[in-house]
Amino acid sequence: MSTLNLNTYAKNTWCIGCGNFAILNAIRLVITELIKEGTPAENFVLVSGIGCHAKIVDYINLNSFYSLHGRVIPVATAIKIADPSLKVIGFSGDGDSYGEGLEHLLFAAKRNIDITMIIHNNRVYGLTTGQFTPTSPSGYKGRSTPYGNKEKPFNPLELMLASNASFVARGFSHGIDLLKKIFKEAILHKGFSLIDVLQVCVTFYNMYEYYDKRVYVMENHNETDFDQAMKKAKEWDYNSDTKIPLGIFYRKKEITFEDSFQTGIISETIDRKQKIYEHLMKKNL
Amino acid sequence: MKDFTILIGGKAGDGIDRASVIIGQILSHLGYYVYIHRDYPSLIRGGHTFSIIRASENKVSAHRDEIDILIALNLETLNLHRKNLKEKCFYIYDAEQIKFEDQVCGIGIPINSILKEENAPDLMRNSCLIGAFCKTSGIEWEIVEKTLGMTIPKHLELNLKIAKRGFDTSRQLLKIEKINREPLPLLTGNEAIGLGLIMAGLDAYAGYPMTPSSGLLHFLASVAPEFNLKVIHAENEISVIMMALGFAYAGKKAAVGTSGGGFCLMNEGLSLSGMAELPVVIVLGQRTGPSTGLPTYTGQTELFYAIHAGHGEFSRLVVAPGDCEQAFYWSALALALAWKYQIPAIILSDKTLAESLYSFDFEKASKVNLPKIIMWENGDSYKRYLNTKNGISPLSFVPKYSAVIKVNSYEHDEYGITTEEPETTKLMQEKRLRKSQFLLDEIEKNYECVKIYGNVESEIAVLCWGSNVPVCIESATRLGLKVIQPVIIHPFPLRQLEYAMIGVKELVLVECNATGQMAELIKHHRFTVKTKILKYNGRPFSVNDLEQLLQVVIDEYIKP
Ligand SMILES: Cc1ncc(C[n+]2csc(CCOP(=O)(O)OP(=O)(O)O)c2C)c(N)n1
Repeated sequence: MSTLNLNTYAKNTWCIGCGNFAILNAIRLVITELIKEGTPAENFVLVSGIGCHAKIVDYINLNSFYSLHGRVIPVATAIKIADPSLKVIGFSGDGDSYGEGLEHLLFAAKRNIDITMIIHNNRVYGLTTGQFTPTSPSGYKGRSTPYGNKEKPFNPLELMLASNASFVARGFSHGIDLLKKIFKEAILHKGFSLIDVLQVCVTFYNMYEYYDKRVYVMENHNETDFDQAMKKAKEWDYNSDTKIPLGIFYRKKEITFEDSFQTGIISETIDRKQKIYEHLMKKNL
Repeated sequence: MKDFTILIGGKAGDGIDRASVIIGQILSHLGYYVYIHRDYPSLIRGGHTFSIIRASENKVSAHRDEIDILIALNLETLNLHRKNLKEKCFYIYDAEQIKFEDQVCGIGIPINSILKEENAPDLMRNSCLIGAFCKTSGIEWEIVEKTLGMTIPKHLELNLKIAKRGFDTSRQLLKIEKINREPLPLLTGNEAIGLGLIMAGLDAYAGYPMTPSSGLLHFLASVAPEFNLKVIHAENEISVIMMALGFAYAGKKAAVGTSGGGFCLMNEGLSLSGMAELPVVIVLGQRTGPSTGLPTYTGQTELFYAIHAGHGEFSRLVVAPGDCEQAFYWSALALALAWKYQIPAIILSDKTLAESLYSFDFEKASKVNLPKIIMWENGDSYKRYLNTKNGISPLSFVPKYSAVIKVNSYEHDEYGITTEEPETTKLMQEKRLRKSQFLLDEIEKNYECVKIYGNVESEIAVLCWGSNVPVCIESATRLGLKVIQPVIIHPFPLRQLEYAMIGVKELVLVECNATGQMAELIKHHRFTVKTKILKYNGRPFSVNDLEQLLQVVIDEYIKP
């Protein structure tokens, strides 16, 4: 890839004012920067689930795998293992990764696979018209919960910290500077990174005003202190009307999953036949 | 004795399985073809477990019921299998478990006392019996020593000591003669499938334990360093197949293995493989269903499921190998064809094929011509889904300078960008389905998709597939019948079946399920099965079983 045109001809079908635009703009800028700094464009692979968020891969002119609902992570994991030189970025919804594919998310953190997961957390199922998700607050009224959601939300940051994630952050889709900073750090982080982006769905759950009043960017926060990170993560439980901290909560260095696999290749069929023969001879007397 | 059967039995946890493999190896070393059928319940301790070891100077891949030599670790073994003992049967048994005095044909070994004297753990009981068996059968001590040395990784010294005590406590009752033939290695169907995949270039394997395919996961994990494989035991079968598709996207040839329940979880990914044209090989080891069923027993109930699983219409390949050589050959071919046509390929196996041990003829199995992958050679902007005459779009893998490679689960245009346009939808659907026709033409032209055995002149033909094939060949050949085996199940090799059916007046189906799925399948192609011989109690047919049932069919047929 020679020229840096990250746009495609795909028609954008997000609602006007959708928080996904901030994520799209921020990631485009970050990737452009990284390409300028030396990462070849062809080394980026974008993986998405299914939902409004997932359309992002149609809008960026880079390698992509438009996967299934909830299944960003196993795909991204294998791509990274296949070739650790790739920068694998997953885009997923809260329905996608906190609901349908939660098990994969916990395992990605547990394994510390070096992929970046950006969760477009609009706290509703956007594409299927506004049902409640695992991070919708109690009482949320959607078409599947017309009398109010009876469950309490997950706190995804707490879940991720408990599952050994080595990079945990929260962003907000109003403005792109903070998103840019976090995305870049996350992509450069060697290990599993999770960014929960409070991404506003203007049509089904417009929280701009609510968030604007409550969010603040953490200062003097020690990102390497697990207990502090956990405390900060618990400050807002996705249910009550407290202040909402933004920024990088936690990061640590740890061996990554993809590094534990065989490298090297056996290319020729002839080689393989010979090797199989030798293997069989070892079995024989 | 040039064709004989040994049954070794005890309770789960007695090491029956390992003992049977070692005895199989000893017989193999003596030049025999060996086949081992394993019967074990789904539990870890207790319950009756046995293996039937058949050895012959001719190739055998099926078991017989009559027992020539019984090795019994407990009384239950003797009681349960008494009805099958030949008149002149030899016994080797644990004298402290079984009170049985037969000076002519039996050797009782005081196993516990020996173990106690040597301070050996309980799990060495089988070594003691192996030693005893060899002495009884006139097999030299050197062979025992060599075999144990090859197969026992831990505490070899003590095991040898115990085996020698067993050997010395016995006396020779019969003589298993050496045959002048190079020994063949013993392989399970799972191992043969694994090696076949490796032959065709396997790079990665993902799995989640489930009988009878766990053995494939274990085998590939154990040889990962030797063959540079990336092997993952993932969190569930959904992840397993999605990982395989991620590997395929990055150009790594991947396979997965499971049984019916796990395959259910893979169905959405299977359909994605069809839509995104990402090749994957799925090893589907059938067992007795429905649901959890009989986890450690056999069945052939997924013929239709393999053909129809997954939503939407897309091309796929389904192959059903019948023995170890076929498992190797067709697994290699399945992987190569999956990659050439960018489709999912399902290898239908079952408990019998997956876990039985067979003498494996590598020379024969590895004579396979593998088709090549069609790669993109630079040029104009890359179209992952270029619409070509045969439907195959040239491949390129990340990272590729100058190419943007987009795959998509939504309907998409040639670049892989989502579309809902009616015209493109129609064209792309046709492109994907077209591959099936080209695939069928290629395999019918180049490979034996429907195999014929036995008496080709016979008007009665036995129709069978998968692990039932060897037992059908052996029984039908003896009775002078023809045998027809469709190895390729989908796309259906009709031209080859039509050829096989020439001269056949009566078709008998032998299948391990309750409905006769293969009969239904060929009915679509205007062929009628007259008689169905079905077995669905989890146990495979024995040669004796089947001969009797086929004889009834013959008698009916020749009745005036
Ligand atoms: C297996 C499966 N179940 C359900 C759906 C239908 N579906 C499509 S998108 C979606 C929810 C999307 O919500 P989220 O992941 O939060 O993404 P958003 O649309 O809000 O960006 C669902 C349930 C599907 N595509 N696949």
